[in-house]
Amino acid sequence: MNNLVIAALLLVLIGLAFQTGWSKSGSLVTAKGVRVHSRQQYHGSLVAIWAIIPALVALALWGWFGGDVTHNYIVGQIPTDTVLALDQVGLNATIARIRALASGYGVAGDVLPYEQAAGDALRSFNFLTFVGTIVVAGALGLGGLFLARNRIDVRLRARNEVERVINLLLLACSAVAILTTAGIVGSLVTEAFKFFTFVSPLDFFFGTVWSPLNGSTIPGEYGSYGLLPLLVGTLMITAIAMLVAVPVGLMAAIYLSQYAHRNFRAVAKPIIEVLAGIPTIVFGFFALTTVGPFLRDAGGTVGLGINATSALTAGVVMGIMIIPFVSSLSDDILNQVPRTLRDGAYGLGATKSETIRNVLLPAALPGIVGAFLLAVSRAVGETMIVVLAAGNSPVLKGNPFEPVATITVSIVNQLTGDTDFAGPQSLVAFALGLTLFVLTLCLNIFALFIVRKFREQYE
Amino acid sequence: MDVLAGKIKMTQQTVNSTMNPADMLDRPIRLTAKDVTVHYGAKQALHGISINIPDRAVTSFIGPSGCGKSTFLRCINRMNDTIEGARVGGTIKLDEQDIYDPNLDVVELRARIGMVFQKPNPFPKSIYENVAYGPKIHGLAKSKTDMDEIVISSLRKAGLFEEVKDRLNEPGTGLSGGQQQRLCIARAIAVGPEVILMDEPCSALDPIATAIIEELIDELRENYTIVIVTHSMQQAARVSQKTAFFHLGNLIEEGVTEDIFTNPVNKQTQDYIMGRIG
Repeated sequence: MNNLVIAALLLVLIGLAFQTGWSKSGSLVTAKGVRVHSRQQYHGSLVAIWAIIPALVALALWGWFGGDVTHNYIVGQIPTDTVLALDQVGLNATIARIRALASGYGVAGDVLPYEQAAGDALRSFNFLTFVGTIVVAGALGLGGLFLARNRIDVRLRARNEVERVINLLLLACSAVAILTTAGIVGSLVTEAFKFFTFVSPLDFFFGTVWSPLNGSTIPGEYGSYGLLPLLVGTLMITAIAMLVAVPVGLMAAIYLSQYAHRNFRAVAKPIIEVLAGIPTIVFGFFALTTVGPFLRDAGGTVGLGINATSALTAGVVMGIMIIPFVSSLSDDILNQVPRTLRDGAYGLGATKSETIRNVLLPAALPGIVGAFLLAVSRAVGETMIVVLAAGNSPVLKGNPFEPVATITVSIVNQLTGDTDFAGPQSLVAFALGLTLFVLTLCLNIFALFIVRKFREQYE
Repeated sequence: MDVLAGKIKMTQQTVNSTMNPADMLDRPIRLTAKDVTVHYGAKQALHGISINIPDRAVTSFIGPSGCGKSTFLRCINRMNDTIEGARVGGTIKLDEQDIYDPNLDVVELRARIGMVFQKPNPFPKSIYENVAYGPKIHGLAKSKTDMDEIVISSLRKAGLFEEVKDRLNEPGTGLSGGQQQRLCIARAIAVGPEVILMDEPCSALDPIATAIIEELIDELRENYTIVIVTHSMQQAARVSQKTAFFHLGNLIEEGVTEDIFTNPVNKQTQDYIMGRIG
């Protein structure tokens, strides 16, 4: 309710300020030979910006510090000896009761007299601070409004100033994305460092045994955390996935972009892209219930012992999942190859497949490799399919027909269930996450580098 | 012998049709187009083009943008086949062979009728491989030595060899615009074509590179039948022996280049040459 009131008041302020700027700039009298620099709507916008920003700053300040002020006020309302008698939990409970009383909700049990008194006091305090904030914000806003209104002049470059504000606004939005990334990386790194105080990086990166003792509380007894079995599992599944996705995806892209009739392409491309929209968990139970048993039976008939849940199952299904990724990226890249190159090959009497093999693919190769690498980094980070279909067996071995575990699956295992974030059992997840992040980051940078090289060639 | 046979053929032409100034050229006829139409989807781009192209001479197509001259050029080696929705009607004959005959092998046809495009389009390969590509796919060289010979002689004919002989293994895309276009001409020559089609080959080049290419075209006509589409009337006047003027998908006038430029019959041709339409 309060927020709605504030929002409405802010809108009123914006409208008022815009109108002020608009009408004042409309009545500007120009001396002969001097043109008004900016049109009316820019003057209006500029005044609105000048009015809204101080008001927002005042509100934001109260938003940040108001909570603490209120808290201290409530504590001040409780008799001192009561405060001293209560521990932290009891104090918080009391404060919660007082807040509930103040907002008019009932509380369980008998209401102590000092609680009732504090509740009443808090209610009026809340009302006062609310009105106070609005008054201060409004005063600042109006102050900004009048300042800006007084600045309006024939030669005021309102248009340029509005442009600058828009620039800052856009910068702020991209900063949100960048800062989020930085924050995530920062927390990964600090937590991973905490993990490395328990387990040395050498043991982690080069250890061949993965057997965390989950739930162990004995100091020093927390199992071993060797990354290699997980890394091998991850790379194996990724390799199998790429073996499936690259040929199928690339050839589908070639067919769609070079051979298919326009009408067929219009139907087929969206259908392939639907494959990308299927949730990975669905692919996961498709792997578990259909592909796994099928591979096991197929292996059985030719005398191969293939587990239903294995690196092969997970890899094949993951490959199917990233086919649309590979094919639609490759398709775009093939279409970017200039028509003149294709014409050149046709003009020499090359057949369609000769043109594609000898001219089109070499020209598009850097871009296609970039697409593959993006697909790889997707496969490396994929979790759900692997959780369901890879069998979760973190043992170092090279047989794709047996169950394996990957980095992502181990993160899931270490973070689900009872965890406290003080022991290496759960902190290892951050070290794994950091490894995964660095792995995919390197792949992405490499891919972007290659894609950019490709662009330079033809633009 | 060739010249004699051509003369006989030309005599027949003169007898069979009304006096056509184009056939006054002392050349046998190599290509014959009759009532060629082209549709792109529902839009008609060419309305019944009939023209004879003389052997071992340069024929130029001129006209304002969008007049159909490039479209017609692309009909001659069936490049319009690669454009979805394009339909070609009428007949085009190369030495009495209908090139739109369903039994004809397009790939073979394009080896006989080479093409050079508006924008230099070397493949992203080395200079050597650019020229060797055509002979390779058509199996023209039996050994590495054969191939070297084809590549070098093609580069020589295109007047490029002296400039690139020390860097045959460097990428063709690293050459200057004019060199790239000559590389494309060498690439077309390497297949051993009889006809070379050039679609505004100088429009992306500076005046000096243009002059070099024009000189080259003049040399090449000793051995090849050349058809060139150009925006520049001066270029048409400089390099061609026969000129055809296109306007709005119609062939307005054709004839010996000198006649077209000094004494055009048709009013539209006059206007275009005087710079009144374009």
